[in-house]
Amino acid sequence: MANATLGAPVADIKAGYTAMVQRKRIYSGIVLIVFVAMLAAGFDLADERNAGGFWDGLRHVFDFPTELVKEAIEKAPALPGNLAKYFPALIETINIAAVSTLLGAMLAILLSLLSTRGLARWPRLIAVFRRMMDVMRALPEVVIALVLIFVLGGGPVPAMIAITFHTAGALGKLFSEVNENADLKPVEGLTSVGASWLQRMWLGVMPQVAPNYLSYALLRFEINVRASAILGFVGAGGIGSELRIAISWGAGRYDAAAAIFILLFLTIVVIDQTSSHFRNKLVRGF
Amino acid sequence: MLDIRKVTRRFGTNVAVKNVDIRIPEGQMVGIIGRSGAGKSTLLRMINRLIDPSEGSITFAGTEVSALRGAALRSWQRDCAMIFQQFNLVPRLDVVSNVLHGTLNRRSTLSTVFNLFPREDIHQAIDILERLGIADHAQKRVEALSGGQQQRVAIARALMQDPKIILADEPIASLDPMNAQVVMDALRKIHDEDGRMIVCNLHTLDTARRYCDRVIGMRGGEIVFDGLPDELTTSAARDIYGADESFSEEATSTSIETLSRPAPSLEPAYAL
Repeated sequence: MANATLGAPVADIKAGYTAMVQRKRIYSGIVLIVFVAMLAAGFDLADERNAGGFWDGLRHVFDFPTELVKEAIEKAPALPGNLAKYFPALIETINIAAVSTLLGAMLAILLSLLSTRGLARWPRLIAVFRRMMDVMRALPEVVIALVLIFVLGGGPVPAMIAITFHTAGALGKLFSEVNENADLKPVEGLTSVGASWLQRMWLGVMPQVAPNYLSYALLRFEINVRASAILGFVGAGGIGSELRIAISWGAGRYDAAAAIFILLFLTIVVIDQTSSHFRNKLVRGF
Repeated sequence: MLDIRKVTRRFGTNVAVKNVDIRIPEGQMVGIIGRSGAGKSTLLRMINRLIDPSEGSITFAGTEVSALRGAALRSWQRDCAMIFQQFNLVPRLDVVSNVLHGTLNRRSTLSTVFNLFPREDIHQAIDILERLGIADHAQKRVEALSGGQQQRVAIARALMQDPKIILADEPIASLDPMNAQVVMDALRKIHDEDGRMIVCNLHTLDTARRYCDRVIGMRGGEIVFDGLPDELTTSAARDIYGADESFSEEATSTSIETLSRPAPSLEPAYAL
């Protein structure tokens, strides 16, 4: 306790610390006030600029879902038939999502390792790989899919490429954040035994980050199921095409739309349950 | 009086602590020694109720601690401070905030979530830091401190709880000999000046001898020695560590005093 006699007397330390606490409290108070004010002002602005009038529209928000549910209940006996009828289309959608998640995740692992400080193979090129991923995230899937459908014709392949592109960018960003939290000591240990970059990444980093990778990838799979359904609207096949027909045909097809929603919901539930199961297994180490 | 009766703890088929019986009177400083896996940590964690005993009871001053739940359990944990080998502080918060965590059980959740600690508490925290000789670091983040300083912050957090018992789980195992001595001196001083009960897990014999009023030896989850430091002979120590004739007390020592070692072999073991 040699340093007890050095430095400022306790009274000064107390005054200094109390002043710092006061300053911090004032800052947080100001931030809170600004936040509430901006929220209120922003809401007013949004309300003014709303084309149809927000408050009038609010009453009609539930009209469409009510109509859909009502008709679906009326035609409840047709539901099992509808579920069976649209199941093959669902499989096509899930296949598109699965392939693009798998390919996108593999690309994302590579991109994320190349763009994480402390791990990157070429530290000078980190910014280049980061911007590459930014571009991949910035382009909407629908735009890429429309261009590819125009060039390659309709079908699942353009949708798959479009979703893979976006997935690689989105997962790359998330993975590189996971990598930043990885402990560098095992990597240093492997460097000390003379391991190559790929060996260090595969044997030193992967075991640490795999559980988080898996849960992000499975979340992305969920998102991609929905994305591939949406791309069906623009001609990429799968359950989206069926949903478009069912919903836009107007009266008489809402039972089919309800069946498709149920299928999508069940898919998400299954993915969610499977993902937590495998993640637990991976974390506990089999 | 801390009364541990027939306490057993199992992890699956593995028995970590087996039928342990200990009575510790107020104001005693007890050292528990034994090799890794002897059940020392498990025993301490059961007293603080970080884990629950599988069988048996732990009683303090007439209250059966091992049966407490909810708010009563949390208030027992306030009375029974814990110091860890790896300090278990929040590295990104400053030193004083970490010490103030000792008051969490007394204050409302809402005010502590917004970091609103009373001025008296802040001043008390800095006084405790001054007592441990680290008040100069009050505003620094804990992660910027050395191991010995971090452990003193942890002791300050424990003191902030104003506990009846201080449990220390290998408090010096991660420290160099100089810092180890500073931390043990601090614990002994707290014991002498405040008269608090201290139960301290140690893995070195000489530390236990030098600082404790009473030494308990554990092996394979059972108590194999319980007595005064002077009664701890070399053969008793061999029994605790399950060692043979080659065991010497210096081999476990981390103190600055010299260590005798065998002469190195002159033949290289690697291929030339």
